[in-house]
Amino acid sequence: MMYLADVGALARKDLRLELRARDTLPAMLLFVLSTLVVFHFVLPGDSSELAAKGLLWVAIVFTALLGLSRAFAAEREQGVIDGLVLAPSDRSAIWLGKALSVLAFLALAEVVALPAFALFFGGIGGPMIAGIVLADIGIASVGTLLAAMAAASRARELLLPLLFLPLAIPIIVGGVGASVTSDPARYLGFLGLYDALFAIICWASFEYVVTE
Amino acid sequence: MGRRRRSCTGYGPLVLRDYSGMVIRARGVEKRYGDKRVLRGVGFDLARDGFLLVTGPNGSGKTTLLRLCAGLAIPTAGELDVTPERGRIGYLAHESLVYRELTALENLDLYGRLYRVAERRERIGMLLERFGLWDARHERADSYSRGMLQRLALCRALLHDPELLVLDEPYSGLDEEGALLLDRELDERRPSSAFVVATHDPARIELFATSKLALA
Repeated sequence: MMYLADVGALARKDLRLELRARDTLPAMLLFVLSTLVVFHFVLPGDSSELAAKGLLWVAIVFTALLGLSRAFAAEREQGVIDGLVLAPSDRSAIWLGKALSVLAFLALAEVVALPAFALFFGGIGGPMIAGIVLADIGIASVGTLLAAMAAASRARELLLPLLFLPLAIPIIVGGVGASVTSDPARYLGFLGLYDALFAIICWASFEYVVTE
Repeated sequence: MGRRRRSCTGYGPLVLRDYSGMVIRARGVEKRYGDKRVLRGVGFDLARDGFLLVTGPNGSGKTTLLRLCAGLAIPTAGELDVTPERGRIGYLAHESLVYRELTALENLDLYGRLYRVAERRERIGMLLERFGLWDARHERADSYSRGMLQRLALCRALLHDPELLVLDEPYSGLDEEGALLLDRELDERRPSSAFVVATHDPARIELFATSKLALA
């Protein structure tokens, strides 16, 4: 129970910081909408549904990357991560609290992006939404761990995409597959497995990322 | 309470050795970052009511040593045994370790929750009063002056009534009134806490020191 209380306190703190600073979510919203508008004009009129949905996933992954690059900015600026790491609570609570806030920001960006996608490119089905939900969990899990690793580095802006994008490829494969095939269950199962596997790895390894 | 042993092999299991009431025991501690050796052959003992004054020029490894003592880093070589659990260590860094977009009250409340502080609100109120921040408790930390931020950082470090206080340049940014408040706090806590304090101004706290470590 104490663990969940710590996670809740840390996630609420991130949401409160964003409400005050407003430096992550507006950037994510602007980026995803701009990207979809650009794709709308770039794609030829007779493009396949597959191409449009593929581009949506590109937009989602890069929007997530934008949010992840700011995920540990507040902790980095005043060395707050040291104060959190020294707390007697389990250090994985820091990761889980941050992953939940990243997930919330990504979900909010998609609440705006998906209607815009429907407007520009056509319908969105249930399997596609399920794929996006599962992909978001994977992105938040893996991305938060990698953002913490990158935050400790001077080349953090370069390091995060280099670490994150290769690990995001299975998410894109699963997400696109769930969006376009007639049998999405296989891809949704794949995304669920990815989420479970990487969530456990990230949860267990976060402690080593934040200790010198 | 289990003793933690930080050695070149990292965090080991509980060590059932008696160091006669020592809070910290360091032997041949070395820390490297890549090829750069920041600390070499550091050794000292710190008793439960001890006060170690760490001095040395810029780049001599004072901050690194304090980070090792606080458990934020692991020695590359040597042995470092720190008795208090990490939740019983108060750490004051060069940076304030507080969120600038949160108010003083929100910052301390968050830390109070994470550090399991009993009667959190009363303790926070008492510290804010003592360090002269009560009237500014609802102001965001980014509106604080350097001295107020240092006072808030001290409140944060003292919030959970730590057994070991690791303070890096604690007088930095404080005006004379703030420095006197800190003098009083250190004096009051001396019998019940151990201290490791790094400073460029040793004359101010030489009076409290039970041992000194000069890093070259």
